[in-house]
Formats: sequence, C-alpha cells, structure tokens
Amino acid sequence: MADIAPAIETRQFSLWYGSFQALFDVDLKVRRGRITSMIGPSGCGKSTLLRSVNRITDRLGYVRTEGSVEVLGHDIHKESVDLARLRTHVGMVFQRPNPLPLSVRDNILFAHKLHDPRHGELSADERDGIVQEALEKVLLWDRLRDHLDSSALSLRLEEQQKLCIARLLPVQPSVLLMDEPCSALDPKGTEAVEELIWQLREQYTILIVTHNMAQARRASEECVFMLMGKIVEHGETGSMFVSPQDSRTADYIEGRYG
Amino acid sequence: MFEATERTLRDAQRERWVKAGLLVMTILLILPVAIILTVLVMRGAPMLSIEFLFEEPTNGMTAGGIFPALIGTIWLVIVALLASVPVGVAAAIYLSEYAPDNKLTRLINLAIINLAGVPSIVHALFGVGAFVIFAGFGTSILAASLTLAVMTLPVVIVSTRESLQAVPQAFRAACWNMGATRWQTIRRVVLPNAVSGILTGVILEVSRTAGETAPIMFTGAAFFLPFLPESVFDQTMALSLHLFVISTQVPNVPEGLPYGVALVLVGMVLTMNAISVALRTKLRGRRKW
Repeated sequence: MADIAPAIETRQFSLWYGSFQALFDVDLKVRRGRITSMIGPSGCGKSTLLRSVNRITDRLGYVRTEGSVEVLGHDIHKESVDLARLRTHVGMVFQRPNPLPLSVRDNILFAHKLHDPRHGELSADERDGIVQEALEKVLLWDRLRDHLDSSALSLRLEEQQKLCIARLLPVQPSVLLMDEPCSALDPKGTEAVEELIWQLREQYTILIVTHNMAQARRASEECVFMLMGKIVEHGETGSMFVSPQDSRTADYIEGRYG
Repeated sequence: MFEATERTLRDAQRERWVKAGLLVMTILLILPVAIILTVLVMRGAPMLSIEFLFEEPTNGMTAGGIFPALIGTIWLVIVALLASVPVGVAAAIYLSEYAPDNKLTRLINLAIINLAGVPSIVHALFGVGAFVIFAGFGTSILAASLTLAVMTLPVVIVSTRESLQAVPQAFRAACWNMGATRWQTIRRVVLPNAVSGILTGVILEVSRTAGETAPIMFTGAAFFLPFLPESVFDQTMALSLHLFVISTQVPNVPEGLPYGVALVLVGMVLTMNAISVALRTKLRGRRKW
C-alpha cells in the first residue's frame, strides 16, 4: 500500500515551540510528483510545517509534536527512524543559498560521500559523472563544466541556489522542501530558479513555501493557504486563485492582509 | 550661510583634543615595548654567538652558554602542548557544538574564564600537589609541563571556541539537512574553516608557556643542571628560571649575560607570535565568506 501513498501526509499534526502552539491539527496530503506551494501571512505556520517534514525542527530542543507525519507512507516520528536517512529522502533548500565553502564538485558529492557506502570505490570519472548528472538536472552543467574546482561561494547567487538544489540529488531524494527559495534573488534569478523548479516536477515531489503570491501562481500546481497554524484551503492552484472557496483565502489573495 | 559658528568651532576644537589624547595614550602603550626591545638588543646582542646558544653554563653560571636551558624550555613547551591542545580543542568543540545552552554550560564557561585569571603561583602550588606529589611524577618535565598545560588551557579553549563560532551557522544547517551527523559536520566543514583561529590560539599559548617561571619553579625546573634531559621524568633547566636565577641568586654575573638570556627568550616568543600572525593571514586569505 505504501507505493500509492501520498508523498507527504500529516494527520492531526500539532506543534508547539515551548508553550506556543504553532500548528493546530493539520491534515495535509501532498501528491507525488507535483509542486505544491504553501502561502499565508508571516507567522501562519507554513515554514514550521515545511520544516516538520524532515524534522529539522528537532534541533531546537524545545519543540513538541502531536499527531503524525508520513513520508511515502512511513511515519517519520517512529522510534526507529534515523534522521540522517530521513533527510537524504527529504532534501531542504533554504531562503538564503548556503553552499558549503568547498568546490562545486565537493558540494555536489558531499551527501553522496556521507551516505553511499560505495562512494570510496568510485573512480574519479564515475564521480564526475554524478556531478554532471546533478548539474544537468539543475541546468548548470554548460555554465560550470569547466569550473568544477572553483569555490561554490564564487558563483552568482541564483547559481548558488541551483547548486544547493543540485547537491541534494545524488542521494536520490523523493521530496524537495523549499523555504522561500527565491526571496534572496533578483527578478532574473527568481525567474531562472522558478523555471528550474518547474522542470523538476514529476521527478520529485516539491513542497515550496513562498511569500510571493505571483510565484505560487506561476510555479505550483497545487496551493495550500494557511492562517494561524491551520490549513484554510487546499486545491489546484489555478482554480484557487480564480475562485477561492473560503472568504479568508479570497481576502489574502486580493491583498487585504498579509 | 555655511560659515562656522561658535558652536561648530568649539566642537572642532574638542575633536582635535580627543584625537590628540587618544594618540598620546597609544604612544604610551608602545613606548615600554620599544624601550624594552631597544635595551635588550643593545645590551644582549653582543652576548649572542653560536657558543652562547650551544654551550652549557660554566663557572657557577657566570660564563658559558645556555644550551641546557634552551633545550629544557623546548621540552617543557612541547610536552605542555601535547597535553593541553587535545584536551582544550576537544573541550571547545564540545562546548561550542554539542553542549546545550543551560545553566551547567554557562557555569563551565564561567569556570574557564576564572581559570584564566588564577595567578600562576597558585597554579604552581596546584602542580606540586597534584602532579609532583599525588600523581607521583616527582619534580620532572612531566609535572612542570602538565602544570603549564592546566594554566594555558583556558586560552586554548576560548580561542578555539571563538574560531568555531565564527564559522557561519548556515554551513551547519546545510550539512544537517544533507543528513550529516554533528561530527561529520564538524570534521568536514567546521574544523577546516576554524583551523586558522585554533592555530593562532595554540601558538599564543606556546609563547606564554615559554615565558612562565612560577609554575615550573617547584614542579620540574632546576636551578643548575648542566645535562640535557633524557625523558619526561627528568628535571631540566629552563630559560625563564635561568634568567631569574642569574639575575637574582648568583653573585658576580657579568652585566650582559642576563640581557643575552632575555633576548633569546623574547626572540623565541616574538618569533612564535610572528608565525601565528603570518599563518592566520595566509589561512584567512583562503576563506571566502
């Protein structure tokens, strides 16, 4: 049954930061191979929900959860879950590009080196093959093929962000989480990264948090509107922006608050 | 309309006074260093020679060279480093990367800062009790070096912790999100980027260790011992104590001799400091954030 399970499914999921409740009984199904965007005003819990999917919130120490989150039909809060393995299946892209202070090649091979037991046996050519494949998927290969040894920090900002997506791919993730991936980029960079995200759909399930409603409309197939830690509405992006079912969604989309 | 008024003139005058005052203070700061170095070089330089460095003291320490003391200081510094660097760096990594931010951690940090403020003579007495007597090392290089190590640990810990914390948090977040453990993150990303700062702290520790007298006086350094140490359980001469001895305890020492010893000691320390600055500049140059 796990094979046809949604990519992500939360059931009655609640989350507290200390005594502050950030999520209230969230039920969400994210379908496989689609781009789902989450919109809502600041503090509505969309980033918290995103981060709960690879349990990066655990780091904070004062976070408590109730309910369940399943990725590909598997409960990620089970005792036996290894966070490192969870995070290779569920990759995360941050607001500000954060490539490691290593070469382009080493950035892309970083996770592979950590997680693939056969990494040490690969020849230099085979490793470069992995690098090429990842860079091709993020449309950077032509630009960077002769700069694999350059520092990743010397790239343009949108290239850094694409590289941050590329470095997740060699360990075969199924879900990519993106936390406002374009908000540090200029309009041209935003366009380039949006285009890339659009290309990656079907190969990966993509869940993207954005402040930018135009972006949600352009670059996602489904859209989730959140308010005060609850999901208000979830539907096809096209119809949600044309005829929202809930008046609060309509108010937000039309810019009455946010 | 734009002319100076009485008020702006007064502000400009005050500005000149403040600048002059700060400059004077800065000169006062540099002056003693300049005088010490000038006097040392003028009086000590004529003493320096190959024989001075490589012969043992003779004639009741009023003639000859400083070789056993020079070698002894090098022994003391190396053994002290071997003890303090692994402990200090490991403790700093724990405190910076693993320790939860709670009362106990804050208490430990406070203790480290206080440890740095303990007078060296107190460390010396601790060394006698803990290493010479309790651990049974006797007066030896080992006991003296461990005493020095305890004394310089806070420097290593604080400088290491600061260089670890200078590595941007975003790098750690990136690693964790690729499923790296804390240790993998530390070893592959944090440490390589913190190493320049850590080395600086270590080298500063070397220069402080080389110059200390009190902690080694009761624990391992000998008044006069014209042989080279063969193991860490031997006693040894040391430059700093030798300087103290010939300056205050031995009659009829020629006037230039202590200056020569002091010049060698200061030369060693300044060389180490210069290396630390050069190293830091070189490693910093590679950094790109």
